[in-house]
Amino acid sequence: MGIIRAEKLSFEYTKFTEDGNIESVNRAVDNVDLDVKKGDFIAILGHNGSGKSTLAKHINAILLPTEGALYVDGKDTRDESSLWDIRQEAGMVFQNPDNQIIGSVVEEDVGFGPENMGIPSKEIWERVEESLKAVGMWEYRTNSPNKLSGGQKQRVAIAGVVAMHPKCIVLDEPTAMLDPNGRKEVIRTVRALNDVEEVTVILITHYMEEVIYADKIIVMDEGKIVMQGTPREIFSQVDTLKKYRLDVPQATLLAHELRNAGVALPECILSVKELVDELCQLK
Amino acid sequence: MSIKIEHLSYVYGEGTAFEKKALDDISLELPDGQFIGIIGHTGSGKSTLIQHLNGLIKATSGQIYYNGQSIYQDNYNMKELRSKVGLVFQYPEHQLFEIDVFTDVCFGPKNLGLSQEETEERAREALEQVGLGEEFYRQSPFELSGGQKRRVAIAGILAMKPEVLILDEPTAGLDPKGRDEILDQIAMLHKERKITVILVSHSMEDVAKYVQRIIVMNRGKAMYDGAPREVFKHYRELEEIGLAAPQVTYVVNSLKEKGWDIKTDATTVEEARDAILIALRK
Amino acid sequence: MLRDITLGQYYPVNSIIHKLDSRVKLVGTLAFIISLFFFKSFAGYAVAALFLGIVIKLSKVPLKFMLKGLKAIIILLLITAVFNLFLTPGRPLVTLWKLTITYEGLRQAAFMTIRLIFLIVGSSVMTLTTTPNNLTDGMEKGLRPLGKLRVPVHEVAMMMSIALRFIPILLEETDKIMKAQIARGADFESGNLIKKAKSLVPLLVPLFISAFRRANDLAMAMEARGYHGGEGRTKMKPLIYQNRDRIAYLILLAYLVVSIAIGRLSPV
Repeated sequence: MGIIRAEKLSFEYTKFTEDGNIESVNRAVDNVDLDVKKGDFIAILGHNGSGKSTLAKHINAILLPTEGALYVDGKDTRDESSLWDIRQEAGMVFQNPDNQIIGSVVEEDVGFGPENMGIPSKEIWERVEESLKAVGMWEYRTNSPNKLSGGQKQRVAIAGVVAMHPKCIVLDEPTAMLDPNGRKEVIRTVRALNDVEEVTVILITHYMEEVIYADKIIVMDEGKIVMQGTPREIFSQVDTLKKYRLDVPQATLLAHELRNAGVALPECILSVKELVDELCQLK
Repeated sequence: MSIKIEHLSYVYGEGTAFEKKALDDISLELPDGQFIGIIGHTGSGKSTLIQHLNGLIKATSGQIYYNGQSIYQDNYNMKELRSKVGLVFQYPEHQLFEIDVFTDVCFGPKNLGLSQEETEERAREALEQVGLGEEFYRQSPFELSGGQKRRVAIAGILAMKPEVLILDEPTAGLDPKGRDEILDQIAMLHKERKITVILVSHSMEDVAKYVQRIIVMNRGKAMYDGAPREVFKHYRELEEIGLAAPQVTYVVNSLKEKGWDIKTDATTVEEARDAILIALRK
Repeated sequence: MLRDITLGQYYPVNSIIHKLDSRVKLVGTLAFIISLFFFKSFAGYAVAALFLGIVIKLSKVPLKFMLKGLKAIIILLLITAVFNLFLTPGRPLVTLWKLTITYEGLRQAAFMTIRLIFLIVGSSVMTLTTTPNNLTDGMEKGLRPLGKLRVPVHEVAMMMSIALRFIPILLEETDKIMKAQIARGADFESGNLIKKAKSLVPLLVPLFISAFRRANDLAMAMEARGYHGGEGRTKMKPLIYQNRDRIAYLILLAYLVVSIAIGRLSPV
């Protein structure tokens, strides 16, 4: 059984008129089944409004399913007695770096989660040190978060989650507001956590270059899971992806164009290096 | 008719401990009708530069001429300059405040002192240019999707009928389709209204696809200035300052290194495809 | 212009003053401010200056930073000085046109100015050497007895520390929205009072919306990190009095005794 399991999960936003009648019901997540293995790196793609963020918020029990259920490490998120365990086991990093840092000093922010868990002070310090080192922000521990770059702020936010010793981290578009350098920093950090600490990662993003290392990609559209598979399986379907308002990495697109022009390339090229190697074999 | 920048420098917090040279002796000429991309990492001075162009920041030294007139001369009409040089900030939807879409777009032209009739005419035109039909006019801007909000904000600037349109990261935070839609619309505006467009962007792929000229900013200086194919030739130097060329530029350059007889100045997927096809036939 | 405000700005260096328990610093600042009102002679202010000087030296914060806070109140300082200078009755010293400077006025103006400067610099020492979180922790623990009276001490402290963290962010945001509206031809300066107030709408509406959005995001982020009020919460930096804090209290007591003595003994 996986660490995160969704069974026929649906979530509806209900909009009320001013006099309390139901104006509209919007099914943001629609009958989703999901099973995430421990230690996996899962990427969720989908255009804005496809339901991916809504799904992510269920994993940390910020939202509860209106139908179906979601289990984190076997615990039902609707069960209020395990709420705090679930929030500790499934950490969450959000899009806007400024709106999720609580502390005025980097180390105090990282300590916020463990403080809430009631960890003894001495151990909080150990956890803060170990998590700031894991994201490469240890030398900034006494800085004010306001003086950091976007990428650095997101790494602090990740450290804040890591310090809670979660089994799984959900990152909801953590790179959407960053510049290319910041994006690279964050993705490198997340990959290292997955490789070294074997934390299960669920990454939600719009940037296709960020997901080519994932073990599995899930594509969402209109609240449903419409595609899933390895990056190679997903990115070999360039035209289907376009239908779901998504992109492919530029190297993949170039390979696709060359294939359409009659060049005998294999179907699922993900990186510049692969493309160059394949082309050299042809010549 | 153009913007001319001469020896422009700007120092932040002069005389304090935080003194920092944000712009360092920049001279540029931005002729009418060009589609220009400005790239540079965060803190390279690109945002500071564009805020000089409509007079929001005053240079520490140097001159800016708009259509031959110095914008720093006494009695220069700054308000008019701001309507001629329209600046769309990053996340422009954060500036929306009116009760409905149409009234919000009217804010700019109304500030110019235009008649009610003219104001509404311009608002309609601007909303049409960003692809928002009449069904949106009476909606609250806060209930729209992220991409739609951004278009309303861009229309708010377009309604002032600028001759130069500057956009700071207009695609930040949008999904791939939303990115393409906004950029296509901007490219169309450039083509149809013949206005100068200055696009500040992090995305080399976007810049390469749309613009005629790239200005690379680094540490307050204009490091490179030229056509995309010229600028991306320096992809190694660009990497050193935290930027990169489009992926396809790396593909053709790697092939060249492997001994292929191939043109290496491709910056878009189409150009790279054609260059590779020609090389394969040789 | 908006960034000159030093309130809540922490200057990160490692000094004995930084290490002191925030409760000591809170009490110390209070004691220092009270002492200023005892003094009625320059000798007293010399003692206060000496005390403040030593504390600043020990704090390793550059003097320039301490004085930065004064910039915001320079007008207030001038007004206070001028009023006292001309409006205090007493022995005339110089007469300028219809205004007379008295000996008492000169004295009073000097005292008031020094008092205000010391007050601001004294409080800056506290805010520059104590992180806002630490400061609110100090208040929370210091005011804990009030919790028994159902005063939500933890909640108030948490709100204060969050407010302090968001001040610089919201100031920056104000700056940005203002510029964006100026780029749309908005005019925040000219016109009468009503017009000016009206012109603030395009600034205030987006600012409030942004503040609400941030508050919403932050609440969600806090909940996601397991925040559920003060109950069962531990502290990363618990406030425990060390020997240095006890010594600091003794020094403070000595300072207060000396200042009361000087205030009483020295001639008016």
